[in-house]
Amino acid sequence: MRGANGRSRFPLFVTLLTLIFLYTPLIVVAVASFNASKYGGAWTGFSLKWYERLFQDRAIWEALVNTLVIALIATVVSTLLGTLAALALHRSRSRFKGVYSALVHTPLVVPDILQGIGLLLLFVTVLSTFGEWIRRTFGLECGLGMTTIVIAHITFCLSYVTMVVLGRLQEFDRSMIEAAQDLGASGFYTFFRVTLPIISPGIIAGALFAFTLSIDDFVITFFVKGAGDTTLPIYIQSAMRRGTPAVINALSVIFLLMTFVLVFITQRLLMDKKETQK
Amino acid sequence: MTVCYDLHSFKDVKAFVRRLFLTQQECIPKMEILRFENVTKRYGKNTVLDNVTLSIGAGEVFSLLGPSGCGKTTLLRICGGFERPDSGRVILDGVDITELPPNRREVRTVFQNYALFPHMTVWENIAFGLKANGVDSAKIAKEVPKYLELVQLSGFEHRKPLQLSGGQRQRVAIARALVSKPKVLLLDEPLAALDLKLRQRMLIELDTLHDDVGITFLFVTHDQQEAMSISDHIAVLRGGHVEQIGTPPELYEAPKTSFVAAFIGDTNFFPGTVRHNEGDYCDLEIEDFPTLRLYNDKRIPEGGSVHISIRPEKFMISLDRPEQLNPRTNLLQGTVEDVIYLGAHTRYWVRINDWRVAVVKQHYGYALDERRITWGDKVWLRFEADNAYMLDRYAEADENLRVLPDL
Repeated sequence: MRGANGRSRFPLFVTLLTLIFLYTPLIVVAVASFNASKYGGAWTGFSLKWYERLFQDRAIWEALVNTLVIALIATVVSTLLGTLAALALHRSRSRFKGVYSALVHTPLVVPDILQGIGLLLLFVTVLSTFGEWIRRTFGLECGLGMTTIVIAHITFCLSYVTMVVLGRLQEFDRSMIEAAQDLGASGFYTFFRVTLPIISPGIIAGALFAFTLSIDDFVITFFVKGAGDTTLPIYIQSAMRRGTPAVINALSVIFLLMTFVLVFITQRLLMDKKETQK
Repeated sequence: MTVCYDLHSFKDVKAFVRRLFLTQQECIPKMEILRFENVTKRYGKNTVLDNVTLSIGAGEVFSLLGPSGCGKTTLLRICGGFERPDSGRVILDGVDITELPPNRREVRTVFQNYALFPHMTVWENIAFGLKANGVDSAKIAKEVPKYLELVQLSGFEHRKPLQLSGGQRQRVAIARALVSKPKVLLLDEPLAALDLKLRQRMLIELDTLHDDVGITFLFVTHDQQEAMSISDHIAVLRGGHVEQIGTPPELYEAPKTSFVAAFIGDTNFFPGTVRHNEGDYCDLEIEDFPTLRLYNDKRIPEGGSVHISIRPEKFMISLDRPEQLNPRTNLLQGTVEDVIYLGAHTRYWVRINDWRVAVVKQHYGYALDERRITWGDKVWLRFEADNAYMLDRYAEADENLRVLPDL
């Protein structure tokens, strides 16, 4: 396998195989979503009826709204906390800095299912201990639902945001801060005019990362969601079991597109970050 | 402040001039702008600065020169407010600024890596200090172009730092620091990141700039040539203490210690014992070396021992025996061991008994017309008694700083 210039085509070949391996399932779903047949399998003609059906299904829209609300809150909160955590870790001179850093990064590698079980146990314990008291004192009904999902999502997004922002901070030259102070800027002015603008691509990338993670999380959400509220991934999974796969195909395609756009933006921002470092 | 000299204590005018020259620094009062007073800084057990006291005159270029780890950068950072001394004070224009944070000091730093803000244009970088201090935009719009022009960057104001060359970035850093008219400009190895030609050009530009703005420069460098060419005064630092302070010629011609002698330029060291004092001159007996007649500037009594430093260019090298010698001329004979031809001048290493003497010959004439002195030639070295200098302190380790240490 030699190209015209004598270079091996093997790497190209492997790359193509990998891409086929990665994207065939997605292409199958995309094609199936335009298939007129209800159960997929044989192609019975091009149709947009599943998309039509999808836009009429109230339950799906409810799940979608839930998902977006959860993702938005989780993103905002985890970006804020994660950025602060990264700033603190970056500035820390403590001899436990390594330990703190490891503690923040560990959730990235802990299996989702463990986190899900852990969070569920925590919520159940807290609710059974303080639930009655909260109800009496604040007049609030509390149980598993949107709130617990949001908390769970913030938990795992936090690690990702911290990691991305910290990465950006580590490439950030400390003498920049010194230069700003040297020129007479206060700490406040320095933070908002120098530090924040320089690390902002990292923060935005972290936020988008958090958003993508939140909208398609299934495992952890499944554990902590309780009975009532549902998110899109959960809805898709249960719909598959109940058996209306064609609508789900259409939904998946839309979902995929959303994810792709977000990933694309994230990549662009991370690339931009590398360019400014040159 | 006047210092009176008893003219009769000097046997001739030359001695008088030399004394006057060497004490000039204390004689002429200067307006002091910055003063380090007994500054000590430790990192753990490591003493980086040991009781450093320096006085920097208004409007001068003052260099902190020393090898890496001598504490020069730490001293600069203490002045900028980025480090706090363990003891001692920093006084800027009569005010104790030791405890002030960096943003409240009227000094500005040009950082080694320039530390330009990558997300701002050249204009915004230069305007940053003014904006941060609440200067109104009309004034900013007036000031920034002046400094852009001063550093020859007019037309570049909308570029980002990444779109500039190394030399241009440095100019932005300088303009950014100068625009708020600091009392002292701190320069932390500003030329280290540039290549040789650019470094030489920027050095001249810096010098011109200093003449234009009249602001005091505190210049940190490990490069003795840089320091020599730009400074009014140099403080040579080593291991956290000041080795010597002086003008460039003082440091070169009258080094107090073997470190200064060997760190600035090249030199030859000889240990000797003073024999036969005669007026201001003496005979110095050197082991395994011809006895030298020298000017005894340290007034060392007979029998006293001293180390002397003789700069390589003070020897005159020739193939023929020089004629018309006066009693204060030493004549030595040796064999050339090594030659390095450098165009304008040639370095020779001449073997005399156990000693290898470094010699520099300046080529005044057309070198191709002369019979070149080469390896193995028997040569004469002529050396005037006034051209050596007696050291206060000598350490054998400093021999390693010479271009070609004795084997």
